[in-house]
Amino acid sequence: MTTLVPLTVAVPLLAAAAIAALGRFSPAWADNVVATAVAATVTVLSTILLFGSANHDTIHWFSGWTPRHGVAIGIAFTVDPIGAGLAALAGALMTAAFVFSWGYFEEVAHLYYTMMLIFLGALAGFALTGDLFNLFVFFELMSVSAYALTGYRITQPGVLQGAINFAVTNTIGAYMVALGIALVYGRTGALNMAQAGEALAGKRVDGLVIASLVLLTVGFLIKAGAVPFHFWLSDAYAVAPAPVGVLLTGIMSDLGLHAIARVYWDVFSGATSGHAGAIRGLLVGVGLLTALVGGVMSLLQADLKRLLAFVTISHGGIFLVGIGLLEARGLAGASLYVIADGALKGAFFLAVAVVVIRLGNSDELRLRGRGRHRRHLGLGLLFAVCGLGLAALPPFGPFLSKSLIEEAARGAGYGFAVPLVTLATVLTGAAVLRATGRIFLGLGPRREPLLSEQPDEPEEGEPEAEKSRRTRAVLLVPPVVLVLIGLGVAFAPGIGARAMQQAVRFQDRAAYANEVLRGRVPGLPPLAPHTYDAADWAWGTLSVAGSLALAALLLLRRQPFSRRSRFGLVRRPAAALKAWHSGAIGDYAAWICAGAAGFSVVWGVLLR
Amino acid sequence: MSYLPFAVAGWLFFVGLYGVVTSRNYIHLTVCLTVMQSSTYVVLLAIGYRNGATAPIFAGISRSAKTVDPVVQALTLTDIVVSVVVVALLLSLTMDMFARAKTVDPDEVRELSG
Repeated sequence: MTTLVPLTVAVPLLAAAAIAALGRFSPAWADNVVATAVAATVTVLSTILLFGSANHDTIHWFSGWTPRHGVAIGIAFTVDPIGAGLAALAGALMTAAFVFSWGYFEEVAHLYYTMMLIFLGALAGFALTGDLFNLFVFFELMSVSAYALTGYRITQPGVLQGAINFAVTNTIGAYMVALGIALVYGRTGALNMAQAGEALAGKRVDGLVIASLVLLTVGFLIKAGAVPFHFWLSDAYAVAPAPVGVLLTGIMSDLGLHAIARVYWDVFSGATSGHAGAIRGLLVGVGLLTALVGGVMSLLQADLKRLLAFVTISHGGIFLVGIGLLEARGLAGASLYVIADGALKGAFFLAVAVVVIRLGNSDELRLRGRGRHRRHLGLGLLFAVCGLGLAALPPFGPFLSKSLIEEAARGAGYGFAVPLVTLATVLTGAAVLRATGRIFLGLGPRREPLLSEQPDEPEEGEPEAEKSRRTRAVLLVPPVVLVLIGLGVAFAPGIGARAMQQAVRFQDRAAYANEVLRGRVPGLPPLAPHTYDAADWAWGTLSVAGSLALAALLLLRRQPFSRRSRFGLVRRPAAALKAWHSGAIGDYAAWICAGAAGFSVVWGVLLR
Repeated sequence: MSYLPFAVAGWLFFVGLYGVVTSRNYIHLTVCLTVMQSSTYVVLLAIGYRNGATAPIFAGISRSAKTVDPVVQALTLTDIVVSVVVVALLLSLTMDMFARAKTVDPDEVRELSG
């Protein structure tokens, strides 16, 4: 089993090198076949690792440099089911993206496949590594390939603006992560997470530990797109080519949150265990703010990709709430939510690309009623199912995950988070359902001043639309499969109980350190079956009903946001919120600075 | 241990960040990022520094000789390599930007907002 671990990263990287070297001589279809096969291989390997590490972590020490006398010398990959599950999600999304590219790009250079495979290798390595500096290197590798892929199809200066904003903000985040890791190393003399955690455990929390915790958390939150570090995300995801966007929205942001969970529990939890309240309060607070800001902003978008970018931000906030509650149940919910929601968001991104190909635009207002023909029935249903899924329709995948997070919130005395999380799913679900109604049913007004501020893109100038308007059915296969995965997660037998068991294991720092450093396999935590409360059903139903009602309200009223209508009231705050997302990189860097200062002050005061 | 290198690193980080916030030119902005990045080198090397120690090259010196920490030097090298890629990419995006928008001023390219 341990020999499979390095393959999940090595196979895509080697294939990327091979395609870079030989791609000039091989036909494009051969590159795609190889790349698709590699992505599928990574998915299968990660799934095997997911099941293989159900009882204990699968640990691989590179070149056989195992720990001597409890001291880690070499670099290890420590695979647990949560990390393996994320790697499997990355592989599945990449496979879908490659299958989709087959019908999507008219012609594509072999370097596209090289970069995509490097991206995949980095995503998998980031999810599986047990070494801090390794984490930084994979963080940078996945970031760099993502910047390049975002700016891959340059059709307008906006694409470059999005890619540059993405690159600059995430590079600042990477430097913060590097500084945080350097401080941890300076204090503990260790880069292995388990060993650094052992060295910090039980010690007093001083300024240096707080500084490294703040730097690592903020660095990863920039990647995760938490408010106020989220501005780059809506710019970058709105301009990324569809197959790239699937990976960005489906997994990359959420891996930032996974890294926070890994670093917190493996490295810092032994030192900060007496201050869990301060950490919980700040993370849950930022999570709720992110969920609501993202939800409101998603309702104010006319461009479907940008809409989905804000859905990604909003749901990232919900995952942060689940992780930040510091409860096994919340972490289990967040992990399942990342997988279920990642598949749905990936599917929606692909569905949007199909809309652009078939209907010639990605602007909701311009597309009004264009999808009414019976030919587009399947596409419309796909949109609607994605919208209902994002609204956490019971009893499917997102509903299970959301219920787990809400149960954890009630258990931890954060009951007020439940209505706010539900409000976020109402807003994001309504945004997608409103777009569905407008495009495929022709409902709603033609003009909405609050939505139409995006630059007018030339009708045929969209990157995807320049090619023939093929209506290949094959384009719909990957999104449909992803939707089935996302909704079906909830029906894997005992999935809720298993996820909670693995989350307990994930949060047990001492057991992890013993296993990594001393090879002592700890006993498995008890498996407690998960059952839904009445409250879960109530909030789930409310979320879907609320989404449908809000979407209907927005589509069926006469005068949108006019001064006289009742909705005139929301106009001013909504415009202010939109103005906040200025698109200027200087503003974004200033917000990063302000957010980092906020984290430093709150934790600097409360963690002592 | 001296606090001076950490103060220098802090200064580099914030002066670079100030440059990024106020920059009116993408090339200038990229250079500001490399200034920020220099702070990570200073911190890494400061952490590994030992008074009176020699470079961590073990050929031809006695095994008991005092050397500075080689791990942070390896990390610094990796850090440099990784960031060269970012800088190259940003500069090439800037060239594309100039080719399309005829400007390298971030404030003149505001296609994405709201």
